[in-house]
Amino acid sequence: MSTQIEQQETETEADEETEPEVESPGDRRRAQRDERQAQEQAQREVEEETLDDEDTITLKVFRYDPEVEGKQEPRFDDFRVPFHKGMTILDALIYARDHYDSSLTFRHSCRQAVCGSDALFVNGRQRLGCKTQISELDDPIRIEPLPHQEVVKDLVVDMEHFYDQMEAVEPYFDADETPDDKLEEQRQTRENREKVKMSTRCIWCGACMSSCNIAAGDNEYLGPAAINKAYRFAMDEREGENRKQERLRIIEQEHGVWRCQTQFSCTEVCPKDIPLTEHIQELKREAVKNNLKFW
Amino acid sequence: MSQSYNRGTVEDFGRWREFTAGMWAWIFHKFTGWVLVGYLFTHIAVLSTSVGVDPASAQAGSDLYTSTLSGLESLLIVRFLEVGLLAVAVFHILNGIRLLMVDLGVGLESQDKSFYASLLLTGAIVIASVPTFLGGKLA
Repeated sequence: MSTQIEQQETETEADEETEPEVESPGDRRRAQRDERQAQEQAQREVEEETLDDEDTITLKVFRYDPEVEGKQEPRFDDFRVPFHKGMTILDALIYARDHYDSSLTFRHSCRQAVCGSDALFVNGRQRLGCKTQISELDDPIRIEPLPHQEVVKDLVVDMEHFYDQMEAVEPYFDADETPDDKLEEQRQTRENREKVKMSTRCIWCGACMSSCNIAAGDNEYLGPAAINKAYRFAMDEREGENRKQERLRIIEQEHGVWRCQTQFSCTEVCPKDIPLTEHIQELKREAVKNNLKFW
Repeated sequence: MSQSYNRGTVEDFGRWREFTAGMWAWIFHKFTGWVLVGYLFTHIAVLSTSVGVDPASAQAGSDLYTSTLSGLESLLIVRFLEVGLLAVAVFHILNGIRLLMVDLGVGLESQDKSFYASLLLTGAIVIASVPTFLGGKLA
């Protein structure tokens, strides 16, 4: 790759030395690019015209890029995408990006609701792009980045704050005593596994945090996902007592569980159906019980 | 860790379309709560300025308290406001019971149903109260 660049540089120099009047390779490339873009535009128009009205859907996609002059003012772009049975929001976005506008930016990875990359704000609600069937939605489909997070570009939001909150509850095991035999597993009863089962399903997509309007107003609020993470470890019987007390101290602070006002927004939008409000409420009771002393 | 979310122009779109039951319950609970606080102050202000009973005029039914209240009751708008106050108070009570259940962790799966139930019950009670409040002649 480095050799290629060097070649280009020497070419440029040679051109300029011999024939300064002739267009530079840069100009040539720009002309080619303009031509190609014009072709693509024409092709896109033809393609859009030929699409049958019956089996297409219209996407209205939020576009914003602070680094590109024409995109600094947020706007919505329309894409007409052919519909097929079983198509998801993510499929439609990928089609739009591959066929119409390669600069359309969104996160995606596994396409099966495991990686948690593509939580989007679709038709006024947080949904996971790869898990949302287009047939369930009204046309036109309005796709925006998650609310209450900084937009980096198009549909990509800054997740840093969300990750900070997730790590703030110290989401890791710290058992008081481990089995004597190092190869022995640390076992858990079936009942206890059932209790924490749903809370382990979190994929860190951030939909809950974005839907919570307490988290929107109070930036220090841990948020549903982080509290759910705390629940997952606090309720696990293998957790060490010291770590559990420390974690309870974190979540029972002013900006911990007590900020939750049980709007159930997070529970409604969670793509993994985690009963977040229930877990937060249980931790509230746990925090109270932990502090009640009768003497 | 940023201290405030300022999305500026990016946030400036009519975005939220789907509010779910829990969210509406929260909004109504806040709203009715503030209305009740406002009513409480009016209530104290009105009543505290109309006490000071003179036994003789009280006997004749023309003391300050009686004339203030019957004066208020003679206004049609006050009758309607009373119906509204009842609606607000009843919803706040019923939703408060719902929130108590939520805090105790009882029936969190049916929290939306209990919200609709409290709305319906509020409506029924308010309609049943209309004859009491609006009946009776305006002085």
